[in-house]
Amino acid sequence: MANGENVSGPILAADGRPLRQSLARALRLQKLRALMLIAPLLIFILVTFAAPIADMLFRSVENAIVPETLPLTVAALEDWDDASGQPPGEKVFAALRQDLLAAVAAKAHTKLGSRLNYEQTGVASLLRKTGRRVKRMEEDGDLAAQFAKIHKSWADPETWATIKRFSNAYTSGYFLNAVDAKLGATGIEARPENERIYIFLFERTLILSVVITVACLLIGYPVAFLLATLPMRTSNMLMILVLLPFWTSLLVRTSAWKVLLQQQGVINDTLVFLGIVGDGARLAMINNQTGTIIAMTHILLPFMILPLYSVMRTIPPSYMRAAKSLGATDWTAFWRVYFPQSVPGIGAGAILVFILAIGYYITPELVGGTSGTFISNRIAYHISSSLNWGLAAALGVILLVVVLVLYWLYDRIIGIDNVKLG
Amino acid sequence: MKLRTFLAAGAVASVAMAGAAQAEDMTIVSWGGAYSASQMNAYHKPYMEMNPEVNIINDESAAEAVAKLRAMAEAGNTTWDVVDVVASDAIRLCDEGLAMEVDVDSVLAAAPDGTPASKDFGDFLVTPCFIPQIVYSTTFGYRTDMVGDTPPKNVCAVFDLENYPGKRSLEKRPINNMEWALMCDGVAMADIYDVLATEEGQAQAFAKLDTIKEHVVWWSAGADTPQLLADGEVVIGSTYNGRLFKLIEEDKQPVAMLWDGQVFDLDGWIVPANLSDERKKRALHYLNFATDTQRLADQAKYISYGPARASSAPLVGKHATLGIDMAPHMPNEPKNMSNTLLYNYEFWADYRDDIDAKFQTWLAK
Repeated sequence: MANGENVSGPILAADGRPLRQSLARALRLQKLRALMLIAPLLIFILVTFAAPIADMLFRSVENAIVPETLPLTVAALEDWDDASGQPPGEKVFAALRQDLLAAVAAKAHTKLGSRLNYEQTGVASLLRKTGRRVKRMEEDGDLAAQFAKIHKSWADPETWATIKRFSNAYTSGYFLNAVDAKLGATGIEARPENERIYIFLFERTLILSVVITVACLLIGYPVAFLLATLPMRTSNMLMILVLLPFWTSLLVRTSAWKVLLQQQGVINDTLVFLGIVGDGARLAMINNQTGTIIAMTHILLPFMILPLYSVMRTIPPSYMRAAKSLGATDWTAFWRVYFPQSVPGIGAGAILVFILAIGYYITPELVGGTSGTFISNRIAYHISSSLNWGLAAALGVILLVVVLVLYWLYDRIIGIDNVKLG
Repeated sequence: MKLRTFLAAGAVASVAMAGAAQAEDMTIVSWGGAYSASQMNAYHKPYMEMNPEVNIINDESAAEAVAKLRAMAEAGNTTWDVVDVVASDAIRLCDEGLAMEVDVDSVLAAAPDGTPASKDFGDFLVTPCFIPQIVYSTTFGYRTDMVGDTPPKNVCAVFDLENYPGKRSLEKRPINNMEWALMCDGVAMADIYDVLATEEGQAQAFAKLDTIKEHVVWWSAGADTPQLLADGEVVIGSTYNGRLFKLIEEDKQPVAMLWDGQVFDLDGWIVPANLSDERKKRALHYLNFATDTQRLADQAKYISYGPARASSAPLVGKHATLGIDMAPHMPNEPKNMSNTLLYNYEFWADYRDDIDAKFQTWLAK
């Protein structure tokens, strides 16, 4: 070994150290300095943005409440075979009594009830009721019978199977629920037909978002083209018309669409007045998908027009003139010369609109009725109303992953370098 | 030297003032609009007159109260002192340990005749954390000019497309709608929740709702149905009785009230758990005043929700600006109560997630 070193001999720097080492050291220092410079921003983003999101997303698998509230019961249940069809023995009931006494003192039993009620309907009131009476139980008596007397569910092996199934500190329950499945006696199984909702909603959200993006593109492209090609004075006027709704409150714009689109609204009244539709056959344009598509296309339009416009402004008009002077028709010149150069703007606008649309919440809620609501409306419901934050987090994770996958696909197919915001 | 003394004195004074201001501010969370105004007139103003050192801050975010309280508790910084919530949310907050349990008789005032508060509120004390304030109901209003010569008398008119064609508005949630569907499908009032607890019962309710599904506008905000009725978008629709009162008596719209089949619900106060002793004491002091017999009766001068105390009912007077007798407009007026249901809190606490998933699936299909 020592011999070999002597033969090849590392190149030394001026201070006698191997050059490789001192180079690496210099680079490391440089990197450290760069890191120090961005550290304030990095820490700020980590603390105020990444950490809260990570914490929220972590709730989608967190299940510590069951083993923490019922530690003895969970341990005692290990010996119980949930396929036996029999409720567990006296030992488990004694453990349950102990756990519940502690839980009632800490007022944790109802919390546990809410958690387990997501998996089995009725556990919430079971635990509330049992919590009220557990103090009055006789320690030496037949505990299984005493529990069964409080509520017959304690004699039902299904209740115990649910507790055992969700006794880990981490659970797949929320994610399974978010894809219309559940953890049954025999493993993962699909939910009954009449409870499958989330996959359907994810699909609808994706499809409607694509429709809205395409609609924005079709309407926004000519507007951006006009903005970029008209003389400055006229185009500035047009620009204000584009920006004015952009600066108006979202709620005001959504409510305005309600006034316009409803069955006794302006558009229907006009159509009836002109005799185009009969009074009995007024068009249903709101509280359904049509309403969501119309209102969201309008609201997201500026996000399409502005990137398109800023890219189109950089396309030299001389290219079109050159194409025409070489014999191209108007259409050929546009399609072969102008359009390809505007593609980066289309990419930027489409990504922006699509990603905004996929997480949109307030407009679908107001004008979407039942057929035009998005997955985000369900997430909001679980956050603010049902308090099932675990499920909301699981749905959020899935939505996030779907967007990231689509972004990756976009990068693979079109290339993210081709996106330009100006 | 002088300057320094002056600055120090100023600093001490401002710290003292900040401390004082903090000690006197009390944040009360409620629903906003006419409802908050009624509380302001009936409770907050007289309380602040009697206790000039207290400054009540009215926060209008009761609609998100449950989620916000949980977030505040997790952050360890609860900034609210008293929160107005519906009873089902109070139960949830109590279950989650986010609301404080209150010993009603030691905290609240007895009725003028000496009846203890627990008796005066009676069955309305649905959870140990909840201090009831008003009884409201979800009931139907209909357009008088769109129902011909036979105005509906029965809640089942909602399901009667033949005699009452047109759109109807229902709340976008299973609660109440499932009950009405069963009620109009021949299930006896007393059996509704037993039936609804079974798969078959739920299927039966959905089948009944299916018959009108295409004619329903689903609402999620309390203001929706009054607006839809005023615009003539729907012929009949469910909403809170106070909203209909305003639509009929104040806005003079051609709408009438259908008390039949109304579902009682309660709204009241909770005190967040883990408040400092000082704030807790202040909150309870306020609640003792705001939920006494006279104050609850006073609120009915401004809004048509019934006081939750039995002893307040005889004291309900005339509307403060309209000058009409309020008693006939109370949901718990005996004349309006021939066919009513009380929101079954226990049942919905258990079945809400389950039936809601089915309801949403049903809606989406």
